Amino acid sequence: MGATFEPSTESDIVDVVQWCIAEEAPIDVIGAGTKRGLGRPVRAERTLDTSRLAGVERYEPEELFMTAKPATRLAEVEDLLAAKGQQLAFEPPDYGPLLGTPAAEGTLGGAIACNLSGPRRVKAGAARDHLLGANVVTGRGEAVKFGGIVVKNVTGYDVCKLLCGSFGTLAVMTALHVKVLPAPESETTLLVMGLDDMAGTAAIADAMGTPNDVSGAAHLPAELACLSAVETVARAGGSVSCLRLDGIPQSIAYRVERLRQEMRTLGDMALLDADDSRALWREVRDVSAFARPSDGAVWRICVPPDAAADVVARIKTRVRTQAYYDWAGGLIWLRTEAADVFGGDAVRDAVGDRGHATLIRADAAVRDATPVFQPQPPALKALTERIKSSFDPRHILNPGRMYAGV
Amino acid sequence: MKMPEPDVAILGKRADIIDALRGIVPGEGVISSDEELRAYESDGLSAYRQVPLVVALPSTTNEVSRILRYCHEHGIKVVPRGAGTGLSGGAMPIADAVLLGLGKFNRILDVNYRNRTARVQPGVTNLAISTAVRDDGFYYAPDPSSQIACTIGGNVAENSGGVHCLKYGLTTNNILGLEVVLINGDVVRVGGEYLDTDGYDVLGLMTGSEGLLGVITEVTVRILRAPETAAAVLVGFPTNEDAGRCVAAVIGAGIIPAGMEMMDRPAIHAADDFVHAGYPRDVEALLIVELDGPPVEVSLLIERVHAIAEAHNAVSTRISDSEEERLRFWSGRKAAFPAVGRISPDYYVMDGTIPRKELAHVLGRMREMSEEYGLQVANVFHAGDGNLHPLILYDANVPGELERAEAFGGAILKLCVDVGGVLSGEHGIGLEKRDLMDVQFTETDLNQQQRIKCAFDADSLLNPGKVFPRLHRCAEMGRMHIHRGQVPFPDLPRF
Repeated sequence: MGATFEPSTESDIVDVVQWCIAEEAPIDVIGAGTKRGLGRPVRAERTLDTSRLAGVERYEPEELFMTAKPATRLAEVEDLLAAKGQQLAFEPPDYGPLLGTPAAEGTLGGAIACNLSGPRRVKAGAARDHLLGANVVTGRGEAVKFGGIVVKNVTGYDVCKLLCGSFGTLAVMTALHVKVLPAPESETTLLVMGLDDMAGTAAIADAMGTPNDVSGAAHLPAELACLSAVETVARAGGSVSCLRLDGIPQSIAYRVERLRQEMRTLGDMALLDADDSRALWREVRDVSAFARPSDGAVWRICVPPDAAADVVARIKTRVRTQAYYDWAGGLIWLRTEAADVFGGDAVRDAVGDRGHATLIRADAAVRDATPVFQPQPPALKALTERIKSSFDPRHILNPGRMYAGV
Repeated sequence: MKMPEPDVAILGKRADIIDALRGIVPGEGVISSDEELRAYESDGLSAYRQVPLVVALPSTTNEVSRILRYCHEHGIKVVPRGAGTGLSGGAMPIADAVLLGLGKFNRILDVNYRNRTARVQPGVTNLAISTAVRDDGFYYAPDPSSQIACTIGGNVAENSGGVHCLKYGLTTNNILGLEVVLINGDVVRVGGEYLDTDGYDVLGLMTGSEGLLGVITEVTVRILRAPETAAAVLVGFPTNEDAGRCVAAVIGAGIIPAGMEMMDRPAIHAADDFVHAGYPRDVEALLIVELDGPPVEVSLLIERVHAIAEAHNAVSTRISDSEEERLRFWSGRKAAFPAVGRISPDYYVMDGTIPRKELAHVLGRMREMSEEYGLQVANVFHAGDGNLHPLILYDANVPGELERAEAFGGAILKLCVDVGGVLSGEHGIGLEKRDLMDVQFTETDLNQQQRIKCAFDADSLLNPGKVFPRLHRCAEMGRMHIHRGQVPFPDLPRF
């Protein structure tokens, strides 16, 4: 491991990147380093550690936005927002324990760079829907800004979208303007017991199609429901389909009744109080079921909800796996049971062109040798390479993190 | 507004180009007669006009791909166009460019209620999507005022909003997938019937890119279940300051209404005279706040909003007690533009966004500027998200008034940027605000945006002359100054 730069200002970062360009020295860009296991291993001798760029610079609750430096801890952001009854509506997950790093260390910049969103994504959108503007230093060593501090803005390209999910391959973030929203006053979760994968994913997807404003929709098969720390879920003795309702208490009560009526023929039901509900969705969000044991590859698969159970069934004919469903079935979390089997072909074949799969947890050697992200068709691959080069023509920033040669 | 000089060589090859296009698009899909071309000479920004070189109206992705490949090979510019309702001149033709109309892409291909998606062609109107799924209780959320006529392809190109985007988001938050044809004829699909695209978010980048990056040939939208009920409260205030503070207080109380719209006195009077919406006339500002959801939630929140309004000096409040009354509250707001059209020979619609707290200050400055420029202004305002639509009244037949209206508009937008806002909230930069981009961005900012353009369209053939104040050659943009040996520190950890 070579040198680590720890800049504390934007102009320091400009200097570092320009130096890297001049020396043709690629650099590994990190915040808290909790997501280094995501993506392909970066081959770079030097590290650009942005952790000194931390802190909330501006927070205006009535304007529904905040400006923070990228290495600000998410936990700090969430505490600050909670004090004003607000939240990051995309419900950023904490994959620390899943990836073998400590919990609650993740940064805002990391969530944005990896475009990570939790269960509320089905209702409120992804991380990318909440980034209003950004200041960055590109791989050309130039400080530029995109977007702004207001929600409605079509002034120039929406480059913020490109930044989200670019895994630090385009630019180094120096300041982020994010949208914040009121947090619900309360929440509860309606559980439906005993459905198989096909019926469970159908039930949670259909619940999203009712006017009951469901803000989380997950299906946990029996073998994973029993691992929950929430007793009602763990002791269900079978699968549990979970529907979160939040908002003002009178409205929640009304919607619970409506949903119960709609789903009364499906199976036994139970209701979680607010604390249990929060605990359950934290587990769903953070993929706690696969954090321990820490072996076995973990995949994150995005497909249309009505294809999800079929995709999992096909994978299971070839590889021993466990899987559960979030995002009304649109997100599959899947873990291979054997430590040395990562299931690449089985997963890719089952998904086909119905969606995409990302290898979230695997040994560095596996992530180096196999595509971590969905392989792209030639025209899109060529476009991806040109976009990368438009920001970072010398491939200085996190080269190869997403795709070989990008 | 200056456009690049037409390429004489291209103009000279017009007949060949028409022949080639006829070889790709059969029958009446190529329009070349002067008379018929006139119909395409402007979009919704009718102050600017230009007859296109030729119009092509393909009906398949394959035809679009072949047209673009032909134009790419021959260095011919292309301007994509949906319904031509845009207000910033984004679809204004260029003298030496093929105008590519997507109007024949008018089919809804697939609706999937379990996945809550609809796959549609770009020429389908915004309203047609909601209409197609209405009987099953669903709708498509973004609702720009032009929704009867504007197309979903145009909505994607402009990232259109509407009065409900405060709660339900803009186009970019409500689409899941695109099929895009690049200028070299390559067809790429980004996203689909699932959440989160993989790789770089080209779906997000394409949205709001104003026809400069590619031609959209299919859109997958997210559809939503319609809320059970909706109600609106109409509140009159003695000052704009009171109304502005009320808006902030509603949001500060943790309420995100389905819509929160404001009108100033001139707009209130024009609208009420036109549609007799029953607006209070002796107030300086009018707020329409709409809540939707389950009945119990709506009535509770309406009461909370009502109480907040009373605490902010509201002089008149009315809560809709029926669906008809709710729609009547909206009728004046929705007819505000034509209503202003009745009291002035011409009007110029502006579209800046400001932080909400600057509202009173900006409206106050606008009144002063109105006197400086000698032109009246009426304001309608998406108050919930800070998006202003000042309507500048002028008469194009009075020499100099159009120029004065444009200068006034430019001054308003600069004011928006000065207070922390942006040049355009939902209408796009297009041709109209192209030369103001320097107010918001540095040369370095704009150069990076243009390099993204180069990644899609290295010869700058797609909709050139729009959005960016200066055209640069991509080779020149790509150059990098390398400071080998000059960077002020050695290979050591620093800072």
